[in-house]
Amino acid sequence: MATDKKPVQPLLTGDRTIPPEGAKMITIYIMGRQYRVPETLTVMKAVEYAGYQYVRGCGCRGGICGACATYYRFVGDYRLRAGLACQTVVGPEMIIAQLPFFPANRPDYDLDGMKGDLHAELRSLYPEVFKCIGCGTCTRTCPMDIDVMDYIALMKRGDLKGAAKKSFDCVMCGLCASRCPAQISQFTAAMFVRRLVGKYVLPRAEHLKKRVEEVVSGRYAKMLKGLMDMKPEDVKRLYVEREREPDMAEPGAWTPKDREHL
Amino acid sequence: MSGYTEELKGLIGKVESTRPARVEKAKRGEHFPSLTIKEREEWLRRYHPDYKSEGRARVGVGPNRGGVFPEEVARLLESRSMLDPDGINLGTSDYATDVLVIGAGGAGTAAALAVAASGLDVLVSTKLRHGDSNTVMAEGGMQAADQECDSPYFHYLDVIGGGHFTNSPPLVSALTNDAPLIIHWLEEMGMMFDKLPDGRMKVRHGGGTSRKRMHSAGDMTGAEIMRVLRDEARNRADRIKVLEFSPAVELLTDKSGAVCGAVLYNLETKEYYVVKAKAVVMATGGFGRLHIQGFPTTNHYGATADGVVMAYRAGVELQDMDSTQYHPTGAIYPEQNVGLLITEKVRGLGAQILNSEGTEFCFALEPRDVESACIIRECVDAGHGVVTPTARVGVWLDSPMIDMLHGTGTVRKELPAKYIQFKRYNIDISKEPMLVYPTLHYQNGGVRIDEFGGTSLKGFFAAGEVTGGVHGKNRLMGNSLLDVLVFGRRAGIAASECAKGLSETPAPTLEHVKKFHGELKKAGIKDPVKGPMLLPAYAPDHVKKRQWG
Ligand SMILES: Cc1cc2nc3c(=O)[nH]c(=O)nc-3n(C[C@H](O)[C@H](O)[C@H](O)COP(=O)(O)OP(=O)(O)OC[C@H]3O[C@@H](n4cnc5c(N)ncnc54)[C@H](O)[C@@H]3O)c2cc1C
Ligand code: SF4
Ligand code: SF4
Ligand code: FES
Repeated sequence: MATDKKPVQPLLTGDRTIPPEGAKMITIYIMGRQYRVPETLTVMKAVEYAGYQYVRGCGCRGGICGACATYYRFVGDYRLRAGLACQTVVGPEMIIAQLPFFPANRPDYDLDGMKGDLHAELRSLYPEVFKCIGCGTCTRTCPMDIDVMDYIALMKRGDLKGAAKKSFDCVMCGLCASRCPAQISQFTAAMFVRRLVGKYVLPRAEHLKKRVEEVVSGRYAKMLKGLMDMKPEDVKRLYVEREREPDMAEPGAWTPKDREHL
Repeated sequence: MSGYTEELKGLIGKVESTRPARVEKAKRGEHFPSLTIKEREEWLRRYHPDYKSEGRARVGVGPNRGGVFPEEVARLLESRSMLDPDGINLGTSDYATDVLVIGAGGAGTAAALAVAASGLDVLVSTKLRHGDSNTVMAEGGMQAADQECDSPYFHYLDVIGGGHFTNSPPLVSALTNDAPLIIHWLEEMGMMFDKLPDGRMKVRHGGGTSRKRMHSAGDMTGAEIMRVLRDEARNRADRIKVLEFSPAVELLTDKSGAVCGAVLYNLETKEYYVVKAKAVVMATGGFGRLHIQGFPTTNHYGATADGVVMAYRAGVELQDMDSTQYHPTGAIYPEQNVGLLITEKVRGLGAQILNSEGTEFCFALEPRDVESACIIRECVDAGHGVVTPTARVGVWLDSPMIDMLHGTGTVRKELPAKYIQFKRYNIDISKEPMLVYPTLHYQNGGVRIDEFGGTSLKGFFAAGEVTGGVHGKNRLMGNSLLDVLVFGRRAGIAASECAKGLSETPAPTLEHVKKFHGELKKAGIKDPVKGPMLLPAYAPDHVKKRQWG
């Protein structure tokens, strides 16, 4: 067993940055204005440390909502870089500008009405996708390391399933579209393609279809009513006694002893 | 190169030395014994933050007067309106609609789609962009009993047992009964679920489940749900109008006390708008950004309990608002990832929780509150926590076990987002474990509702994290995404029915606010803060001191 150590009280400071004693400070430029902030912060926390309170440009703070698209450069370096403010760590002499909003092209459509040639549907809804010039700017810009140019190429070719899988990690930050010389809104086209694939290309879950019928027939309403009317001790007993599906069982392979309540 | 310091690498050595034997045991299907119900109760009482007496306060006004809540919540329940109820012209409205939905996360968007489907117009007020929400952040998955070995009956037992039998039974029944319908609805809308080649849903266990019923879409389940719902809402622009950056700050009530609209506030122009509606659905989500007891949080930027505050002022009772879910595994290292949620899926795939000696000290899939209590106990009481360079304390989450159990590449395939988030700081989680500690995750309680999302006020419905009762005092993973969709849809349908029953929109007043302000005075509450909070402020003290206005 473990050796004894002194109990420790964890440090709880919410989401505010309290830099440790002697933290190294660096210079950054927020929209051109100079500030000093502790190193190792994300761009988002550095902006807040400088005193800003976000209205736009901040959502999940966890790299998944795409609200915080950011462009930056380092003083003296010609390269323009892009990232998510909540995921990118500040560096010395960084010049930061967030992209609070980007107008994307997104035509409305009726998903249920699409049954025939899916590639043709893409072509009529997003003709500009087929005008990609293959410059690769989008791929270089994407903060999720998605090969955007490639999913656009797969769309052009008609491999919609491939495009759906390749674009799956997209957080819809809009950075790719903001730089595309062919004026393509790659991420909205990808959203359309993923829904097409989810509905018309991926195989449907048969067990789900069956279960939906059973639910609609009212089969479970009765069983559930039984549980609701039961004495609390009896529900507790059922809970404690319930069987657990083994961890390593393949989905659909295991059968419980109590089959009456399936 | 590794992102861990030399000292931490030394401790990882201990984890590695015990790993082969632990993997062998796991392969044989053996796991660390779960606590008995009695032990659970004791662990919770002694170690869970909800059970501490410090940091709590008694509320002096409103329907839950006398109730004890976390200080941060109590302060807001006793807050005064941002508006001067006498200074607002309610005679003309800026918007008039059949149904007003407040909050555009999963619950709000599901409600809006349901209203549109019933042929009515819906206005959606939201604080940030459409979809900036807790919903988008959910990674692990969503429960529904759709496999042959499972049924809503067993799902019900898991939910109510996980909630320590404190849940409201009719809500649990609605939740588990509708679950397969929700999955089907999403499949119809083109959501890309994880499936086996024959179309069968790839399901797995979560903490406290008796059957594998966790559905997922990579480790972006919530993001996939949210973007599909949002995309469909945009296709329904004929019926659904969304106002972004325009949070609701107050409900409007008619002379009988029924809810008939809200006042919105444009965060950019600082202008207010009066919205008249025949019914209102509250779907503002949770309260993580109140940072209860200083805990970090996994929640999105707008999770500030606004809906609870507005509803409370209008006279709606709250349920279980004293109960908070701490997710057992929030990252504490590296510093940039602090508070970041490490999805329960990691444990669902077999990763164990270990102390500084590389030893297991609890079953990794206990219900969340119990798991959190176990970790706090191990660190604070037993002193077997791992200390980081910034003095945070936590335990190991042994993710490299996953590839050893399920084959090389599983971590990258099943947890792509987590993999990237650590790789960025030179930590390869398929080879090195993560450091974790409980983090503020979910508002268990909230507005009291019935199984159709109805509240004690006519014309007022609520759904999602803003409500209480579905999960009782503890929520199991994967039931909340389900909750927001089940009750979002139900509330949307019920609100439509209610709106259809009214020939015209009643005249709105702010009488309930005046009354509440009177109560505050009478209760002797001095200098109440203004609420709802809308956005948290993270400027450091030295800057705050010098800020004007
Ligand atoms: C990191 C994380 C991981 C999670 N993982 C899972 C999981 O794997 N499985 C699971 O089932 N659950 C999970 N959950 C829980 C689940 O995601 C949430 O409880 C659920 O999505 C809440 O949905 P909601 O619609 O009620 O609220 P939200 O999705 O938070 O939406 C609320 C919306 O209301 C808006 N709003 C707030 N205040 C106002 C106002 N005053 N006026 C207008 N709009 C306002 C917000 O901006 C937001 O858009 C997770 C939560 C988090 C944070
Ligand atoms: S594909 Fe485009 S919108 Fe999606 S994450 Fe990458 S840059 Fe952002
Ligand atoms: S930036 Fe535009 S044109 Fe260039 S590769 Fe990407 S999609 Fe094609
Ligand atoms: S705030 Fe959501 S991705 Fe950065």
